[in-house]
Amino acid sequence: MWKTIVRRVLIMIPQLFILSLLIFILAKQMPGDPFTGLITPETDPSVIEELRVKSGFYDPWYVQYYNWIANAAQGDFGQSYTFKKPVADIIGDRAMNTLLLSLLSVFFLYVLAIPLGVLAGRYHDSFLDKSIVLYSFISYAIPAFVLYLIFVFVFGYRLMWFPTSGTVEIGMDPGTWSYYWSKFYHLLLPAASYALLGTTGVIQYLRSEIIDAKTMDYVKTARSKGIPMKKVYSRHIFRNSLLPIAAFLGFTITGLLGGSIFIETVFAYPGMGKLFVESISSRDYSVITALVMLYGFLALLGSLLSDIILSIVDPRIRID
Amino acid sequence: MENKNEQTVEKLESQSSPPTGIQVIWREFKKDKLAMFSLIGSILLMIAIMIMAFFTIDQTEVMKIQLLERFTEPGVRGYILGADEAGRDMFGQLIIGAKNSILIAIAITIIANVVGIALGIIMGYYGGFIDNFFMRIIDFFITLPTTMIIIVVVTIIPSYGIVDLILIIAAFQWMSTARLVRSKALSEARRDYISASKTMGTSDFAIMFKGLLPNLSSLLIVEVTLSFAGNVGIETGLSFLGFGLPPSTPSLGTLVSYAMNPIILSSKWWVWLPASILILVMMLGINYVGQALRRSADAKQRLG
Repeated sequence: MWKTIVRRVLIMIPQLFILSLLIFILAKQMPGDPFTGLITPETDPSVIEELRVKSGFYDPWYVQYYNWIANAAQGDFGQSYTFKKPVADIIGDRAMNTLLLSLLSVFFLYVLAIPLGVLAGRYHDSFLDKSIVLYSFISYAIPAFVLYLIFVFVFGYRLMWFPTSGTVEIGMDPGTWSYYWSKFYHLLLPAASYALLGTTGVIQYLRSEIIDAKTMDYVKTARSKGIPMKKVYSRHIFRNSLLPIAAFLGFTITGLLGGSIFIETVFAYPGMGKLFVESISSRDYSVITALVMLYGFLALLGSLLSDIILSIVDPRIRID
Repeated sequence: MENKNEQTVEKLESQSSPPTGIQVIWREFKKDKLAMFSLIGSILLMIAIMIMAFFTIDQTEVMKIQLLERFTEPGVRGYILGADEAGRDMFGQLIIGAKNSILIAIAITIIANVVGIALGIIMGYYGGFIDNFFMRIIDFFITLPTTMIIIVVVTIIPSYGIVDLILIIAAFQWMSTARLVRSKALSEARRDYISASKTMGTSDFAIMFKGLLPNLSSLLIVEVTLSFAGNVGIETGLSFLGFGLPPSTPSLGTLVSYAMNPIILSSKWWVWLPASILILVMMLGINYVGQALRRSADAKQRLG
């Protein structure tokens, strides 16, 4: 198993290298450079020109790439053009919001999907099972942004149960209970919407796993020992089926990151996904580059994590 | 009389031979009423959209700005679905937008699937180094946040149009098809009939595309149908964010994106809701057809 893990970690190094090279090439195609962000009507163009020469703007591409990646590794992604602040600071502000949204979404997703998957598998081919399968099919088939919009329309504007934008009510004092409550309240609808649409994988997996487990010898043994069905489910089947679900966490996180662009745009939630869309609109290239690099890194990390967990919990996948 | 006898003989023969692809699919759809309804409904809907878009609706007339008709409500003065901020007829925009979205999705599906299927078969047939080499590339790209990269590429290209958009999206869509086809081709290529063709001296190209390809057809129909649905979703999603079609060309996604204006979202439902519902209906229909096709391609899951 250690061999698998070490090998997967080693594979990630060239992957990261190629990713960074890809993003560097894309970034070079974008107009402007890190100092465009410093230009104000008062600055002397020659000062900027001097900075450019000093920073190596006219160096050969491999020198530039080396400098960029060395700085990026230390968390320095340059200046934002629009915010006139270091990119790392801007992303740091938004990252917290996205993290909160992701955590609550993943929590809701598992709270919803695990019971549904177990019920569908346990009462296989019943009306309940068919309804759950239909729900998971619908949530897979429809594009997320359409449903998010309909949710904002129905629950935000028509029923007015939830706020429709932002992270917190205006005029709240940070640190008070009502401030945290307001923050949580703003997260509820987007997180629940994401969870409602993201359950397909977990439900399908648990369902087929449990249907398979019913015919397994260990279940027959347990039954023949006189253990009631309820206990067989909670002690044996459920535990065996749940471990691989943990491995989905990595993929779920990756999916969430990609989906955060849509959910944060629709719910006007100031996280990293919305920052990305805004940066594209304002052509804030240093922020875009940093965000794509960060998302790519997290996606690779997520799939690595999933592979590692899978290789630990599922001996069938352990291939050396 | 003789003729009638011949027919019965033919009938008997067809009953005794195992059902072929089309028959299996037909049986599956006959068994599943919802799938049949989805199939007929999706096809009729798309044909109706195409006919209206090409024959009854005049795009320049629809896109003409008429500020006096601003936010006309549905049903007033002959506007079936009302008018938008600039007084343009929403029904006409809906049909043109749907036509654009469908045609773009078809184009992406064709390009991505031709590349994906060809590469998948080549990888599965040859195996070894070629397979390993492409699998590493595919694994890498599948992990990446492709939506973001597509958006970045779209913004770098100085002036892009429909063709560029199709090519950019297609460039990121062939990988999953290639991976799927490869896994099937890998086992299929070890079968006896392939070995037999090889000993007979048939060229690799002929074996791959005349021998292997038809035997994967049931899988490919499923893949193409589902990827078509996915591509409608990707194009509308990108256009919704403002990185798909240029604003002058309506798409279902751009119509939905009007809802990003809180006033339109909260009180002018006719501007964005019909396009949203049309996307929902199309996606559900096509995906349902895809699921039924998948069942008929897999003997274990068949209903009929």
